[in-house]
Amino acid sequence: MHQLTLAEIARGLADKSFSSEELTRALLARIQQLDPQLNSFISVTEELALGQARAADARRAAGETGALLGAPIAHKDLFCTQGVRTSCGSRMLDNFEAPYDATVVARLAEAGMVTLGKTNMDEFAMGSANESSHYGPVKNPWNLEHVPGGSSGGSAAAVAARLLPAATGTDTGGSIRQPAALTNLTGLKPTYGRVSRWGMIAYASSLDQGGPMARTAEDCALLLQAMAGFDAKDSTSIDEPVADYSADLNASLQGLRIGLPKEYFGAGLDPRIAELVQASVKELEKLGAVVKEISLPNMQHAIPAYYVIAPAEASSNLSRFDGVRFGHRCDNPKDLTDLYKRSRGEGFGTEVQRRIMVGTYALSAGYYDAYYLQAQKIRRLIKNDFMAAFNDVDLILGPTTPNPAWKLGAKNSDPVAAYLEDVYTITANLAGLPGLSMPAGFVEGLPVGVQLLAPYFQEGRLLNVAHRYQQVTDWHTRAPNGF
Amino acid sequence: MALQRCDVEKIAHLARLGLDEGDLPRITDALNSILGLVDQMQAVDTSGIEPLAHPLEASQRLRADVVTERNQREAYQAVAPATQDGLYLVPKVIE
Repeated sequence: MHQLTLAEIARGLADKSFSSEELTRALLARIQQLDPQLNSFISVTEELALGQARAADARRAAGETGALLGAPIAHKDLFCTQGVRTSCGSRMLDNFEAPYDATVVARLAEAGMVTLGKTNMDEFAMGSANESSHYGPVKNPWNLEHVPGGSSGGSAAAVAARLLPAATGTDTGGSIRQPAALTNLTGLKPTYGRVSRWGMIAYASSLDQGGPMARTAEDCALLLQAMAGFDAKDSTSIDEPVADYSADLNASLQGLRIGLPKEYFGAGLDPRIAELVQASVKELEKLGAVVKEISLPNMQHAIPAYYVIAPAEASSNLSRFDGVRFGHRCDNPKDLTDLYKRSRGEGFGTEVQRRIMVGTYALSAGYYDAYYLQAQKIRRLIKNDFMAAFNDVDLILGPTTPNPAWKLGAKNSDPVAAYLEDVYTITANLAGLPGLSMPAGFVEGLPVGVQLLAPYFQEGRLLNVAHRYQQVTDWHTRAPNGF
Repeated sequence: MALQRCDVEKIAHLARLGLDEGDLPRITDALNSILGLVDQMQAVDTSGIEPLAHPLEASQRLRADVVTERNQREAYQAVAPATQDGLYLVPKVIE
């Protein structure tokens, strides 16, 4: 049962091959048996899951239908889940039981989804390897000595290992697409504002966006359908109609114009990945796509600009963790300043402290123009590059990452080395564009992802192209040995 | 203009982060490494370019100034480290 995709589960539940409770019990047993190798869950919510599964079975018995009714899901541990620990991968929130559900959690629960647990992640979503979690690193099921990517590394590892068919993630600089690429999944970062951020613990508010991670584009379409849409509680939510993503999956690719940015194929890219990306392009050409080279000349400036904007916003967002209203509080504070400083010093890990300090510095008097304002100007240059490119092409394609998953600990000594792995994904966050990573082959047994980027609100196009590609290839169906 | 240890101490104070003395050299090196990366921005000509704060350049929606939430003080204070009579407790600020 664990091999089933969401679409297959929907059919199995509809024709009564199994009940949601049976499926839920089978997957909970699998998590218990296999997750100790991976560490992909921070909390397993067995009681909640069984209650939701029984409720879903009752709803179905009463005549209700729905593709997600009774299907399992896990949430990245930064989506607030009422009555369940929502740790954000941090000691700071180890004792935090959210008093309410995030909009994403509430919408998927309304659709009848069964929450199996909360997945491991880089602390406060700051990382690309899932090694900064307070709960320990996550292992990549394709090779347990390698990282699964981050920051949604727990969601990625759990779905790749067939512990469950799908999970939620969030993407601030690539945190859905990069771990999806490194674990052979399909992951989608929607347009900024497409999915509500309410109840999603903020890292960098102008970049953060939640989205689905699953094994197929078809499953991502089912999830996004339930996740997307206007939410009055999120002041940055965009009031645009939501497309019918599943209906568009099989649209023809005849005449689709795909741009290959030459900057994505330059120095730093593993040539074996370049070859696999070119092979995926050939497949899409066979399906009718037309390919041309394009240029995104400001791409190289994206990482420096990101490492000002994201830390600046983080330093502001994380000021709420003060040891007063919720979260970690130090023992025996001698005064209020001591309470703040020791609670935050003890509660935050190394990478979070670094980014808070970079942000504090960049926003401090005398440095604002040189850092924050300059970064925002570069942000516009990057957006302008995309707008110009989308005059000529419908879609942009390239590698998701420059390298396959690296060994645990390999990039821990220098924070900048890990930052550079996000070179291809960060631009979509700065410009607010939707992006998808899909499986495209293997290098030394480790998965490789291809990234597709589309104009604003064209998530349906991304899912359509990935789905058509997945109809003529089988990379996405490969499972890691032992899982 | 690399950061010195005293700069890092000042930044940590502004951010209200209590750091271990022994970690300061390592943190100073890491911050200088990150700022070295960030300083590559200074070579980019951005004259005449307007800063972009929101990717879709949307402005914040406003709503009518009316009460929309019900009182959930007890639920929200259930996760607080220390409360009394509906108030959050902190160390004495005024002697």
